[in-house]
Amino acid sequence: MSGPSDFQPTNPALKWIERRLPIMGLMHSSFVAYPTPRNLNYWWTFGAILSLMLGVQILTGVILAMHYTPHADMAFKSVELIVRDVNYGWLLRNVHAAGASMFFFAVYIHMFRGLYYGSYKEPREVLWILGVIIYLLMMATGFMGYVLPWGQMSFWGATVITNLFSAVPYFGESIVTLLWGGYAVGNPTLNRFFSLHYLLPFVIAGVVVLHVWALHVAGQNNPAGVEAKTEKDTVPFTPYATIKDMFGVSCFLLFYAWFIFYMPNYLGDPENYIPANPAVTPAHIVPEWYYLPFYAILRSIPNKLAGVVAMFGAIVVLAFLPWLDNAKTRSSKYRPLAKQFFWVFVAVCIGLGYLGAQPPEGIYVIVGRILTVLYFAYFLILLPLLSRIEKPRPVPNSIADDVLAKSGGKAAPMVSSVIALMVAAGLLFGGADSARAAEGGTKPPAQKWSFSGPFGTFDRGAMQRGLKVYKEVCAACHGLSFVAFRNLAEAGGPGYSVAQAQAFASDYKVKDGPNDQGEMFERPGRPADYFPSPFPNEQAARAANGGAFPPDLSLITKARSYGRGFPQFLIDFFTQYQEQGPDYIVALLQGYEDKPPAGFNLPEGSFYNNYFPGHAIKMPKPLSDGQVTYDDGSPATVAQYAKDVTTFLMWAAEPHMEARKALGMQVFVFLILLTVLLYFTKKKVWANAH
Amino acid sequence: MTTASSADHPTRRDFLYVATGAVAAVGAAATVWPLVSQMNPDASTIAAGAPIEVDLTPIAEGQDIKVFWRGKPIYISHRTKKQIEEARKVPVASLPDPQSDESRVKAGHDQWLVVVGICTHLGCIPIAHEGAYDGFFCPCHGSVYDTSGRIRQGPAPSNLPVPPYTFVSDTKIQIG
Repeated sequence: MSGPSDFQPTNPALKWIERRLPIMGLMHSSFVAYPTPRNLNYWWTFGAILSLMLGVQILTGVILAMHYTPHADMAFKSVELIVRDVNYGWLLRNVHAAGASMFFFAVYIHMFRGLYYGSYKEPREVLWILGVIIYLLMMATGFMGYVLPWGQMSFWGATVITNLFSAVPYFGESIVTLLWGGYAVGNPTLNRFFSLHYLLPFVIAGVVVLHVWALHVAGQNNPAGVEAKTEKDTVPFTPYATIKDMFGVSCFLLFYAWFIFYMPNYLGDPENYIPANPAVTPAHIVPEWYYLPFYAILRSIPNKLAGVVAMFGAIVVLAFLPWLDNAKTRSSKYRPLAKQFFWVFVAVCIGLGYLGAQPPEGIYVIVGRILTVLYFAYFLILLPLLSRIEKPRPVPNSIADDVLAKSGGKAAPMVSSVIALMVAAGLLFGGADSARAAEGGTKPPAQKWSFSGPFGTFDRGAMQRGLKVYKEVCAACHGLSFVAFRNLAEAGGPGYSVAQAQAFASDYKVKDGPNDQGEMFERPGRPADYFPSPFPNEQAARAANGGAFPPDLSLITKARSYGRGFPQFLIDFFTQYQEQGPDYIVALLQGYEDKPPAGFNLPEGSFYNNYFPGHAIKMPKPLSDGQVTYDDGSPATVAQYAKDVTTFLMWAAEPHMEARKALGMQVFVFLILLTVLLYFTKKKVWANAH
Repeated sequence: MTTASSADHPTRRDFLYVATGAVAAVGAAATVWPLVSQMNPDASTIAAGAPIEVDLTPIAEGQDIKVFWRGKPIYISHRTKKQIEEARKVPVASLPDPQSDESRVKAGHDQWLVVVGICTHLGCIPIAHEGAYDGFFCPCHGSVYDTSGRIRQGPAPSNLPVPPYTFVSDTKIQIG
């Protein structure tokens, strides 16, 4: 795209094609011969990283759609079946789910980089606006994708976000009904969101083509912010930029794989492991971390319409940036004031993200309003003002001069800013966590689990004992409906043989039919059957349990959590702590008190539990010493029962955990090797350029 | 600014390039594996394909039933004496897909024919008790099978396959 191509293939067949469709010439001029400024730093590799992420999301998304059922009654289950039954389904799901976060993480760095180096300035205004459009499309796509698993957060996120449009004067209600396709969020909503979630990534891909086209017309900006003038200022895209991008991508993959293989639930909300329930709103509706700053702006404004306008305005204002900032100097490197205010602005954004995850009360609201004002002031007041009063430092004459000027010592600030960025991202990622910290209830003590950490495996003995506890105690009220008897004999499970699983299954009576006479009948269970639920439906379960609904235990260890607070959740990221759920369950089972503390008003039919949020739980103390007979000599105590059944339930919630961690280790060994090789290759290639 | 070195004198740089390329290629190939593997039947589908038992008592002589196993229709025919004779008197060598009737049924249970009811031509379901050989007739492209489920006429290349099955008792079979 940098003028007519001089590329001519020598192969006669390729020549024949090239004369009719000059696609190879296009590729050659765009990605091989294309001159790229020689002073680009690693912030510029995020363009390549984003292209990769778009590809990864489309590829894994198309695959997941092969196994997903977009129906309100089946969506949640179909996602669980992907994770449990499809070959590598757990991997594909983790790649896609963590991929959304990685995509936004990369796009935010890409945007801040553009902001810092003035990449939106003349002649790159259209390029920048196309980027803002891509970002808006990404937000819509990410939101609709989050709805598809049809968990509690999916459902209520969909409800809250679609209700934003009800703020529109006169037509609000009609617009919302139009979005829902019903009287409330329901199956039609899920269906259209699925359709649009599949469509929009391809629209994004189309706009990305325009974005790259515009980039190749204007040429890349660079840290010096001066245009390339002579050949000495540039290097050919291949191999120089290609190898540098590949190294950047490889480093990014290491970060990404950490989430995929070791922290798959770190970025998600445990509420989303509870199936959507239109009758109960979760205590804290928190969007995914990448929407939090805008969510904070929305909540800071006490008027519905104004809040919605401000939220959308916070994004739309970006499109006007090229005209709000009139400064002639592009790069903030040479703008002493703009540089400082840029970092203040970054802090404001992270602060808003943190506040977005906090409950909307007290000091949080006040700080939220201050930061909202600062956010808009940066664009509407500060940048226009700075361009008039600021005295920029002299910029280098050319890119070549810039490269010569800085020899050595440039890596250090890069490293420190990467670390600062990681911490900032951790703050945002973990922001949602602290909302839960405020929910009350005593923090459960952290336990030692055989399955924690990068090499964790399940304790087979504990799982077998836990299965016994489940069968003899929990199964009276709680279902385990996503676990099949065959799973008991699968690798990474409790370690039973196929025959043992079959014998275990045949102890159960399973309803089947209709037979040739059209009647339902009972037969002994088979390995392919799932654990039967104790109650035929929710109403029957409530009627038998004093109005409370004993939750299904298949996912309970992932659906329960507690806030770890700051800075613990940051440490958890590095220590791979993922056991909030098991810690909570094991504490809950042992947390009963016969007498509530003085002054606590225990409602009729409830029991006092130290760890249950609000302390009044409907489930009576389920375990007592000696209740279940162990035949392997383990102590028959409540503490042992609780630990065993929790281990079993952790496996029930993630039967492929051992496979995940084992594959993760292989992937890490590979990626580290590749990254090291790419680093040296990049050094060799770039040695020619100096 | 050259990237390719002379092939006659392999240098350390060449080795680095080749090693990096090779490792990247291995990674790319390994990435393809799960992306393709996920297309295979998932664990619940495989589990649902477990053996089934069929009670033969309700099937009178001369009748047949269709049961489903692994998503495929299985014909179970209770053959009459005449049908068995028809199947056995034809010279095996003259058949397009030579197989004796004895090899297609279980010894001692000669009256029971169990075949996968899918035409070996292009997968349509043949109709029982039709066609010139008193066996099966495929309405799609006119393949005709005899009372042993063997191809006699038409475009189908081979006999109707016999699924794996055993007699649990005289009146009960297990398919699979």
